Amino acid sequence: MFRKFSKEDVHSRSNVKSSVQRTLKTKLVSQFPVLEPVIDELVPKKSQVELIKCEDKIQLYCVDGEVLFFQKFNELIPTLKFVHRIPEAFPTVQVDRGAIKFVMSGANIMCPGLTSPGAKLPDAPGLENDTLVVITAENKENALAVGRLLMSTEDIKSINKGHGVELYHHLGDCLWNFNVD
Amino acid sequence: MSLRSIVYCKVCSYPLDYCEFSGKLKRCKVWVTENHPELYSQYYGDTETEEATNKLAASSIGDEREEKLEKDLKRLQSKQENREQRELAKKLSSKVIIKREARTKRKCMIAISGLEVFEIDMKKLAKTFASKFATGCSVSKNAEKKEEIVIQGDLADEAEAYIHKLLEEKGMKDVKVEKIETKKKKKPITTPGAAPAEE
Repeated sequence: MFRKFSKEDVHSRSNVKSSVQRTLKTKLVSQFPVLEPVIDELVPKKSQVELIKCEDKIQLYCVDGEVLFFQKFNELIPTLKFVHRIPEAFPTVQVDRGAIKFVMSGANIMCPGLTSPGAKLPDAPGLENDTLVVITAENKENALAVGRLLMSTEDIKSINKGHGVELYHHLGDCLWNFNVD
Repeated sequence: MSLRSIVYCKVCSYPLDYCEFSGKLKRCKVWVTENHPELYSQYYGDTETEEATNKLAASSIGDEREEKLEKDLKRLQSKQENREQRELAKKLSSKVIIKREARTKRKCMIAISGLEVFEIDMKKLAKTFASKFATGCSVSKNAEKKEEIVIQGDLADEAEAYIHKLLEEKGMKDVKVEKIETKKKKKPITTPGAAPAEE
């Protein structure tokens, strides 16, 4: 999504009303219930949230000069800076070491990279198709990408072929390097 | 449950575990030893045990693939280094040109070009100049279709000092800044600074 993205793709930026900010926070909590106790720390009440509207109807939300999450259609997607601060809040899959290189250049994740010995998928019943997942890697502590499952994790285990995760945002992409000011 | 704070590498901007994939590993390591020596041993281990940890990390994908991966990473690194060297050379060889163009009577304007190589945001700089010198300042295209900053008023020296400071902050100390004087009148006059003679 952010393979090509720069300042030119920004259409408008505006400050968000505090009431909108509140609904945004409740939406975030309803999407990721684990965030509830820390949401006030992540998005302080006093802080000014900034909305940046971009090409292709992508909307970025900034808090204190850092993009914390973005929105393509209706769902809020956390950025990696956000994920790194609280990795427990999101469903996670792990890829093996051989896949890191490709993920960091923006490739979708293939099923074998998710099922090999170095990788880890959540146990049954697993995650549904279309779930937002955070991708970590073998022997690494932090997340390296955010994506969406193209098939349920049980399917990934049984079929083990083709695209497993569609990548949205990864380390080193244009959103990662995007400077708000 | 609480928020974590994460140290990002200043060199490649990644979290420290991913430095090895950035192609700048050498400089990343230097940065970590300088700024977070306690984290260095955590990620890279002691020099003797380094080999062992590498082996451990690789175990799951097989020696052959690991070797290939390492080779790829090395290639990436050398590529990156070459590119950086080229960029640095380009930066050092290029220069900033500050042109002073005389307008009517004692009025003149300053045009600054050659800044785009140094990754300076022209629009932003123009804005800061405008408020700093309380004058009109904008970005426009010059004859060579390159962007330049145009300041109204005789501010060549001040602008030069500011640009020097800016470049020094970026770690580029010895950048040439050249000053040129031109007249926009039909007859160029050789003595600069003098009041424009009438034809």
